[in-house]
Amino acid sequence: MATIKTLLIANRGEIAVRIIRAARELGIRTVQAYSDADANSLAVKLADVAVNIGPPQASKSYLSIAAILAAARESEADAVHPGYGFLAENADFADAVEAASLIFVGPPGSVIRLMGDKAAAREIAAKAGVPTVPGSDGRIDTPEDAREAASRLGYPVMIKAAAGGGGRGIRIVNDRAELDRLVPQASVEAKTAFGDGGLYLEKLVERARHIEVQVLGDGRDVVHLYERECSLQRRRQKVWEEAPAAHLPDEIRARLCACAVELARAVSYRGAGTLEFLYDETTRDFYFIEMNTRIQVEHPVTEFVTGVDLVREMIKIAGGEPLGLRQADIRCVGHSIECRINAEDPAMGFMPSPGIVSGLRVPSGPGVRFDSMLYAGYAVPPFYDSLIGKLIVWDESRAAAIERLRRALGEFEIDGLKTTIGLHEALALDADVRALRFDTKFLERWIETNASHLA
Amino acid sequence: MATKQIISPLPGTFYRRPAPDSPPFKAEGDRIAAGDAIGLVEVMKSFHEIKAQFAGKIVKFLIDNEEPIMAGQPIADVED
Repeated sequence: MATIKTLLIANRGEIAVRIIRAARELGIRTVQAYSDADANSLAVKLADVAVNIGPPQASKSYLSIAAILAAARESEADAVHPGYGFLAENADFADAVEAASLIFVGPPGSVIRLMGDKAAAREIAAKAGVPTVPGSDGRIDTPEDAREAASRLGYPVMIKAAAGGGGRGIRIVNDRAELDRLVPQASVEAKTAFGDGGLYLEKLVERARHIEVQVLGDGRDVVHLYERECSLQRRRQKVWEEAPAAHLPDEIRARLCACAVELARAVSYRGAGTLEFLYDETTRDFYFIEMNTRIQVEHPVTEFVTGVDLVREMIKIAGGEPLGLRQADIRCVGHSIECRINAEDPAMGFMPSPGIVSGLRVPSGPGVRFDSMLYAGYAVPPFYDSLIGKLIVWDESRAAAIERLRRALGEFEIDGLKTTIGLHEALALDADVRALRFDTKFLERWIETNASHLA
Repeated sequence: MATKQIISPLPGTFYRRPAPDSPPFKAEGDRIAAGDAIGLVEVMKSFHEIKAQFAGKIVKFLIDNEEPIMAGQPIADVED
């Protein structure tokens, strides 16, 4: 297989910058695809070449397969990196890239399609001996199927869209009357949102933590790079992530990571991927929920504790190199924490806050990394996600990492926008957060209680 | 007859409809009351209803469905 010479980045924001950096270090020419709203973006400035792919609306630019393939042709790219979000987990896009004789930096479309069907992914997990949340056997086709599965599982149950993801389309149902009412509604909504009305049921695991395992595969072999703890979420969006999950007993960690590798091997996984699990701390049970077939926002915490450059590795694998890492050589050292910095106003119900960055000072120093697309004078457009940067710290222990995080957060100065920096400063001081006492519901309760301190 | 304008307080993408397969909130020629929703602005993936601050009749929409909008940009001309 040919090594990649020119890589088109079909994404924007901080991840586009991250991919350009990895490509440049590999001696690969970079082409940044950009919408009219991103003409002045840092990624456009840093890339070797930039190609306009359409108007600001994502549906007409970053989600347009035709526009991206045309940009790849025009710029003579031989590979496409999809980043995260947008088309990153769109199997048709991966197929279209390969049909155009280009390399897709990620798994084949068939694997994306398979793991993207959450009901099918559960079945693969069950076959590989990986525990899944008790649920319906595959899709539920009739209201009778739903009733039968729900009474077998015991209420409360969750209705999920087979084609869903990112927490969208999930409904919690407490009894049979609610089930009868919500199943048809969920099916219509899933059909509208995902073009597929298929549903399945899962038992609601209460007081769960979100733990995920990073894997890398080359289509033949798979290794894991340990786990991340991502329970601090608001509206099912992660806010603060850590590696490792410091509360996890070693024996559970070993089983969890082995399960992730087993599952990725079952689909001959190629590229960087993440297997998400729910973990019940009281019973020490873990359950596979879904696989993300792309690089994730929170990948830097894994990079800090393992010393492996995940974006570089995924580009090398896409270029045809075999996995250069052996499991025995991958070690998890120290502790890393990431805070997502969003252009939102925590004092105003997290109202989005696009605008011009009139002044900027960013943290640095030992064990500090800031992945971002900001520069002084940059206008953050209103059309896309509110993530404007990620502060990632590393230190020898979790306690030391939290002190380093507080030090780094204190160095920030972002003028002209409201940001979530103050939220992270408050979380870093919170007794429960410091003691690692939280589940996936913690942050929303915490925000309700502490809303007045965030003003 | 005095003409007033409904102004978007937010930047983002403007939508005439509450959902892609729904009818528009309001059509040209419709009478509106203060507080009526006339459109949505999507800003950073969150949707905000734009409400009329006064009553009247919509004469003309000044921006198309799914077009980018700036804060302070007029959305519609309204007559008393």
